[in-house]
Parts: sequence; C-alpha cells; structure tokens
Amino acid sequence: MHLWLIPILPLIGFLINGIFGKKLSKPVVNIVAIGSVLLSFAWVLKTFSGLYPLEEAHVEKYFTWISSGTFNIGFDLMIDKLNSILLLIITGVGLLIHIYATGYMAHEEGYYRFFAYLNLFMFFMLILVLGANFLLLFVGWEGVGLCSYLLIGFYFTEKFAGDAGKKAFIVNRVGDFGFALAMFLIFIQFGSLDFATAFHAAEQMPKETSCGILTGICLLLILGATGKSAQIPLYVWLPDAMAGPTPVSALIHAATMVTAGVYMVTRSHAMFNNAPIALEVLAVIGLLTAFFAATIGLAQTDIKKVFAYSTVSQLGYMFLGLGVGSYSGGVFHLMTHAFFKALLFLGAGSVIHGCHHEQEMSQMGGLMKKMPVTAITLFCAGFAIAGLPFTSGAASKDLILEAAYVHHPWMYWLGLLTAFMTAFYVFRALFWTFFGEYRGHAHPHESPISMTAPLMVLAVLSLGGGFINIPHWLESMTHEHHPHVDTLIAMLPFAAGFGGIALAYVMYVLAPGIPEQLASTFSGLYRLIYNKYFVDEAYDAAIVHPLEEGSRELLWKGVDAGIIDGVVNGAGKTSAGIGGVLRRLQSGSIRNYAAWVVAGSILVIVAIGVMGGSH
Amino acid sequence: MPTNFMPSTEEYFRILPELILTLAGVLIMFLEALRKEGQKSNAGGVTLATLVAALIAAVMAGGSPGPAFHDMVFVDGFGTFFRILVLVVGLLTVLSSQSYLERHDAQIGEYYGLLLFSLVGQSLLCVSNELMMVFIGIEISSIASYIMAGFLRDDKRNNESALKYFLLGSFATAFLLYGVAWIYGITGTTNIDGIRQALLNNLPAVPLPAVGAAAALMLVGFAFKVSAVPFQAWAPDVYQGAPAPVSAFMSAGPKAAAFAVFTRVFLTAFGPIANRWEPILWIVALATMIVGNFAALTQTNIKRMLAYSSIAHAGYVLVAIVAHSEAGTAAVMFYLASYAFMNVGAFAAIVDYSRRNEKFVNISDLAGLGQKQPFTASMMTIYMLSLIGVPLTAGFFGKFYIFKAALESDLIWLTVLGLLNSAVAAYYYLRILVVMWMHEPGEAAESAPEASFGVKAVLFGSALATLVLGILPSLVLDFANRSANIIK
Repeated sequence: MHLWLIPILPLIGFLINGIFGKKLSKPVVNIVAIGSVLLSFAWVLKTFSGLYPLEEAHVEKYFTWISSGTFNIGFDLMIDKLNSILLLIITGVGLLIHIYATGYMAHEEGYYRFFAYLNLFMFFMLILVLGANFLLLFVGWEGVGLCSYLLIGFYFTEKFAGDAGKKAFIVNRVGDFGFALAMFLIFIQFGSLDFATAFHAAEQMPKETSCGILTGICLLLILGATGKSAQIPLYVWLPDAMAGPTPVSALIHAATMVTAGVYMVTRSHAMFNNAPIALEVLAVIGLLTAFFAATIGLAQTDIKKVFAYSTVSQLGYMFLGLGVGSYSGGVFHLMTHAFFKALLFLGAGSVIHGCHHEQEMSQMGGLMKKMPVTAITLFCAGFAIAGLPFTSGAASKDLILEAAYVHHPWMYWLGLLTAFMTAFYVFRALFWTFFGEYRGHAHPHESPISMTAPLMVLAVLSLGGGFINIPHWLESMTHEHHPHVDTLIAMLPFAAGFGGIALAYVMYVLAPGIPEQLASTFSGLYRLIYNKYFVDEAYDAAIVHPLEEGSRELLWKGVDAGIIDGVVNGAGKTSAGIGGVLRRLQSGSIRNYAAWVVAGSILVIVAIGVMGGSH
Repeated sequence: MPTNFMPSTEEYFRILPELILTLAGVLIMFLEALRKEGQKSNAGGVTLATLVAALIAAVMAGGSPGPAFHDMVFVDGFGTFFRILVLVVGLLTVLSSQSYLERHDAQIGEYYGLLLFSLVGQSLLCVSNELMMVFIGIEISSIASYIMAGFLRDDKRNNESALKYFLLGSFATAFLLYGVAWIYGITGTTNIDGIRQALLNNLPAVPLPAVGAAAALMLVGFAFKVSAVPFQAWAPDVYQGAPAPVSAFMSAGPKAAAFAVFTRVFLTAFGPIANRWEPILWIVALATMIVGNFAALTQTNIKRMLAYSSIAHAGYVLVAIVAHSEAGTAAVMFYLASYAFMNVGAFAAIVDYSRRNEKFVNISDLAGLGQKQPFTASMMTIYMLSLIGVPLTAGFFGKFYIFKAALESDLIWLTVLGLLNSAVAAYYYLRILVVMWMHEPGEAAESAPEASFGVKAVLFGSALATLVLGILPSLVLDFANRSANIIK
C-alpha cells in the first residue's frame, strides 16, 4: 500500500519550502504546504479504505536501517486499527489547521519558514505513528519535539518565546531520558525493539503482582509520556508553549503531538496489562493532572492559557482512561479532544487575530456581534468539552468516568468534580469574551474565510464526532469489556456540565460582580491558583537555580576552565610539537624519501621474514 | 589446464568494463589528434558516456560472477564493489576537472584519455586473481597517474610532483615485483588462490622466513601505494604539487583499488601466515594514523593537509585489515566508499576556488567562505564533519564498523589508540570550519568566482552520498557484508 508515501509527502513539502521558500511567492508556498498534507490525507484515506476493516495489522518492511550484531532495526511501517485513527486525525485535522494558518499567518515575517516547520512536524508525527518498532517511534518522538521547539520559539526575537521553547525542550529531555531507558530495557528483555516481537513476548509473561521488569519498563514509559503529554510532574512546559503561533498550539499542543504519550501507552497495552502497578500509577497521575490543571484554569485571564490548562487537564482524563483499563476510552477521548480542542484554539486564534493580537480576556467582551461565526463555533466546542449530551466530548468522557467508577469510585467522583470545573472555566472564558460590552481599544473584526471555514468543519466534528464508534472499532484489539453502571452514575456528568455552564452564566453574565468578591474573600487561595501553585517557582528554586550555580561555579570555573582547559591546552601544545617534528622530517628531498623506503623495507622484511611467527 | 584455450563470450563479458574503457581511451586520443585547431574538444562528454557505460558493464558483470582468462581475473562481489567505486570516483573526477582544464588551457583530450587508462588499471586491479595481473594493473594505473600529476607541464610544482611520484613509485613497484618472484619461486604459482592452497598444503615444509620475506616485499609495494608509514613520504609532496582534481582522484581511486588488492592478497594468499604479518601491520596501522594526524595539525596548505589526512585514513583502513575477519573486510569496503565521497568532495571544493595557477590554496584563504559562498561552505562542512566521524555522516559509520571489527578481533589497544587519534583529527578539520564560518572574508573570498556547474554537481553529489551513507548505512553495508567472503 506504499505507506511510506504518507510521511514522505510532507517531507517533500518541507524540503521545497525550506530550501526555496525564501524565493517563492506566498501562493506557491501555500500550494506546497497544503498540497503535500492534502495528498498525504488522501493517501491515508485510500490506504484505509483499501485495508478496511483492518482486522490484522498491515506491516511494510522497506530495508534494514541499523544492523550491528544481534541489534537489528528495520525501517518498517505499519497500520492497524489503533494508528489508523491517529493517521486520520493527524492528516485531517492537520490539513484544516494548515488552511487556517494561511489566513492567520498572512502578515507574519518568515511565512515560508513557518510552513516548512509545520510540514516537517507532520513528517515526524506520521513517522511516530506509523513506525513498527520502538526506535522509529522514538525518531518521530524526538523529531516532533524538535519541531515543537522550533515553532514555540518561532517569534525568536521575543525573549519569552525563546525561553518557552527552551523550557519545552529541556523538560522533554527528562521524559525522553525515561523513554530511552525503557527502550534499553525492552531490548535487553525481549532482544528486539519490534512491536510485534516485544508485545507477543510480553503477553506470554505472567502478570506482575509486585515490581518486576515489565513494571520497570512501563514506569519508564510513563515518565516519557508525562514529558511529551504534559502530565504531573512534567506538565510545566505546555502552558508556556502558548508563546508559539496559535495554529501551532492547535496542531501540536492540542490535537496531535501531546497525545503521542497516549498513543505510545495504548500501543504498549500488552505490556501494561501485565504490569497493574504501572497502570495504577498512570491512573493516579492522569486523575491528579486533570484535577489540578482544571483548578489552575479557573483563574487564568489569558484566553490561550485557559485552553492550555484545559489541554493538560483533558490529557489527564485520557491517561485516567488508560490507567483504569479503558484503552478505547482514552483513544476515543484523544480523537474527540483533537476536534474540540483544535477548534477552541483556532477559535481563540481567530479572536486574537480579530482583536489585533490581544490575548487578555479583560480586554475583550461583547465579541458575539462582531465575530458571529467564531463565537458560534467556539460555543459548539464549549458544549463538547463540557460534555453536554449528544456532543462528542460527552461520549468519550463518560466512557472514561464509567470505567473509573468500576475501578475505584473515588476516581469517578474526583473526575466528576473536574468535569464540573471544566465546564465552568471554559464557559467563563467564552462568556467573558463574547458577552457583555467590548472592553478593549482595538476594532475587532471577523476573520477571513480561510480561517472560519476550518472552524465550521471542526464545529460539526465536535458536535457529531461522538457517533464515530471508536470503542467498537478497537474492541478486537484491546479485548476490554465495557462496564455497565447505574443510570444515575452515567447521567451525573451531564449534570456537572450543565451545572458548570449555569454557574459561569450567573457569575459572568448575570452578576459580573461576584468573581471579584470571591477573589478578595478567598484572596490567599485565589493567589495560589492564579500563580499556578507556584510550581514554576518551586522548580526554579529546587532544580534550575542549583544547576545554574553549580554549573557556573563548579563546572565552568572549576572543572572546565581549571582542569579541562589545562589538559586540552597541554595536549594541544604537545600535539603541535609532534607535528612540528614530523614536518621537519619531511624534507622534500627525494633521496631522503627513498632512504625512508629502504629503511622501512628492511624493517618490514626483518620483522616478517626473520623474526615474525611462532611456527 | 582447461581443455578449451579460447575464452568464452562470458569471459569477455566479465572484463567488459576494462574493454570499454580501453577502447574509449584510444578513441579519444584519435579524436584529439584529428581535431582541428580552434575546434572545441568534446572529450569530456565522451568520457562521461564511457564511464556510465563501464559502470553498467561492471554492474552486469557482477551479476554473473566467476573466473575469466584462465583464472587471471575473478569477478566476485568484492571486486565488483571496488570496480563500481573507482568508476564513480572517475565520474566525479571528470565533472570536477573540466573547468580546471579550461582555465589552464590544458590539453583536455589527453587528460581524459589518461584518466580512462588509469581507470583501466584500477578496475583490473579490483578483480585480478593473479599476481602478474596485479603488477600489470598497478603499472597501467600508475603510469597514467604519473603523467596526470604533472599534467600542466609549464608548472614547476606539477613537474616536481610527477617526477617524485614516478621515481618513488617505480622504486616501490620493484619491491612488489621482487616479492612476486620470490613467492613464485617458493610455491610455483602466481595465482592468489593457488598460493594459499600451496601454503596450506605444505605448511610444515615451506621455508617460512622466505615466504615471510616475499610477503614483506609485497607489503612494501602495497604500503607505498596506499601511503602507509614509513612509505608515505611521497604523498604530501605529490598531492600538493599535482593539479587539484588529480589530487582528488589519486587520493580516492587508485587508493581504493590498491586497498582492494592489498586486502585480497594478504587475506587470501598470505592468510595462512597471518600471524607473521599481523603484528607488523598492527604497528604500521598505528604509525600511519599517528603520523597522518599529527602532521596534518600544523599544515597551512589545504591540499597538503588533506594529503596527511588521507594518510591518517589509510591507517584506519589498515586497522580493519589487521582485524582479519569478514567484518573487517566489509568495514574496509564501507570505509573506502564513504572516504572516497568526502575526500573527492573536499578537494573539489577548492578546484574553482583556487583560481588560475592555484593561487588560493591556503587554509587561511577560506576565511569568510560561509558568508560569500554558503553552498560551497555548507558542502565542505558536511565533508569535514564526515572526515571527523560525526554521527549522521558516512565517516561515522565507517569508523564505527572498522573499530567494531577490530574489537571483535580483540584488537583492544589498536582500537583505543585509533579512537584517540580520531580525536586529534577533529582539531584540524574543525579549524577549516572555524575559518570558513567565523572569520571575516579575506581577499580570496571577496573575489571568489561562482563554482562551475560540474564542480557544483560533484559537491552536491558527494555531500548527498555522505549523508545517505551516514543515515542509511545498510544500503551499502548489506552488500559489503554479503561479498566480504573473498576466500574461494
């Protein structure tokens, strides 16, 4: 089926725009960037329909990539039920975001550079998802990290953008370190990094009731996932990553890259199933992340920051789903989240674009009349994330919460509280932005059709995407049984959604004075939340600062300047000295050279002929 | 003795690349003689077409391996690999020579004719299975190279280079021939497989010191050709004096062919007495790496620096020969292929840049190249990183496979010392990068002309090959591993 075409097409787009982009006109850059993703999407569709219903994984082996002793890595791509969903999301939603970006970025410097990076990101993301072994997945994993870094720091003349890029990169290093260690363990344990081999072997192993090799591998994989998918304790980079252009936030930091951790864990479910301790850890991490990120979201005033924390929170739900054994619930939520969160970000981008790069919600308000399309589509996304009945978000979130209830009821109740907060803070942002009177000083206007058209498509998907029955689709792969719970338990999330919206309506539309009163009454708590629990400051004090000081005083001034430089300079001088001697031996006189040949020959003949050998 | 004395069609087919090269070389000489004064020479195009045809012939001949002409020649995977390699080097040389020759008003036809003859010798060396054939191949290749080294006969440096190369080269070939005579006297055969069989069958009876001496004499001849210490003294002077495209050619093509036959003769014919030559080759390999790298440190002339660097790289390849295993042979093949690209590329970068009479060939002349000619500087950066052995370049996997083979053969100290050496090497390659990218443009960079199309094609092609081999080494390594068993 020529799976290789899927990632190669965006790569070609990257090469063309990256190398010649400076000389190309904007329409040509657009055609290359959008065209390559469109063709890739078309090829995914063709492959998908050709292989439907994909009961067996389809693997294509192209060539041996690395071969060294028993270590053999093939350049193998695969498609199965799981990654076909992601392929469709990445290329489909990616295509919409590319189209949107042509409008959003129209007046930006480095237009071609932006689209080149975006195409490169698509390439790595598709490699990540298509790879049939851990190393290829890791190549994609690192590649998307690189692109994320480049795109967060896209406005590199701004210091905060550069800092945010670096933060994302460095925090991800910690997670990647865990992932790399996990790969080493997998190779040692199973002798192969191929998914098929490793998972088959893992399935044969007994369930580990106490800590064993599988638990170790899975915990390290979880560390990797917490980095890429922004979970406690490594979530701190994602909110800062909003310094990048908004289409990037939508594509990379909401719909695709940050869900790589969810994909990786689901892909490895054969290992996780036999490591219940790791699953428990995963569920707790996911739930706590969902809860804490939601509380922080309550007090943010920057529209993108609100959605950033909601992304962290929703990713937490996905991990909760995986952790309580509902892989299909996690993946289902991954998909619906890709729709409504991409829409939230693109809509926010449309607002920011319309308000001339204003992101503070205190400078917005009353935009409903000025930007009707943006407003209506954003409310659709809001209904989905709040989990109102029949929306896509309801279908997937309820599945996760029901599975959590069966696993441990307290997880359900905390998840329910989170759902209530989610509905509240999302609608707080929407009411604040679109209702009331305009508080800013710009002249807001509706965005061009290239931006609103993707919003409308995504709005339809956000509302109706829940009817794509992912759990049924994945049934034959994950072999999970869907729990049946009381009707009350199944209905409560709807109530939480409606309740959150109602409260937001009361506080931000009917009686706008309440929020300030609350903030001053509970000023301590408010400040704590507003400052994101001072986690960044704590990390600074506990890790960054000591590292900087240690590097400066001990490593730089002591070890580097003192010891290493001394050794290097000494070695350099010695080497140059030897070189000088050799140079003098090279006299240029041919008689001299002939003499060397003779001397050498005598040496060799004596050595081999007379002295050598032990016969 | 085969009953049928007449060679079959298949046997001609196996030497088709050499036949094509020879006929085309003669044809070009004729065409040049008939060319009217003032008429443009089309020898370059004919040579390119010839090389492409020869490449196809080499690939096809590789498809039907076997002996030809009473075992004088044996086409196998190993030989085919090197045949293709020297032909590709020839192709790159043609592309990078045209502008240089035109600039110096040189006799273009003769140059290409000589190049083709030199390639005939090298191509023959790769597949020869007979010491007499080896000698003839070396001579055909060398004599043409001697003339090419002094091709611009009005240039003093060219003359000096050619004369030195010729005198010392003949001297060394004499050693080789003397070794052939000895081994014939002892074993009664000059067939490489025959020698191996003779030694294996009569090991207790053969006079080992005499066999050792024969091997030593041949070792001197080969070591000279691959510029191994202490027979390396000619290389810096010759590479520096010869025209830049010729230096590029000599450091890649003839060297690869010489290594091919060196490996074949020592691992096959002298395999049974390996414990005699391995220790001395161990020392030679180490000395070659040390002398090459340390002498390169203090050079100011780019061509001379690259000459020493090519000595150092010969040292790495020798490590793989000392490893004396199939993995080692595969590493020799992979290394020479990757080395050919990065080295030809590095020389090609200065072909046009040096201007008429090679005015600008000092390292300091490259100052500011990155600003003025980012394309050339970027390509040069790739070659330098590859010569250092940075991952994602061919040079990295080349070194990796060599030292891996060495470790598998328990050559721990040689590996450690070799790796230390490559750390020293990083200095003089990085210096070029510093000068190109971080220094302000000087006179040379300010007045630099745009490189010709041919040179640009070579720069791009070599850089691409360097990266492809560095990212997907198995494209070449798989073939090398399959054909590494050269003992029949």
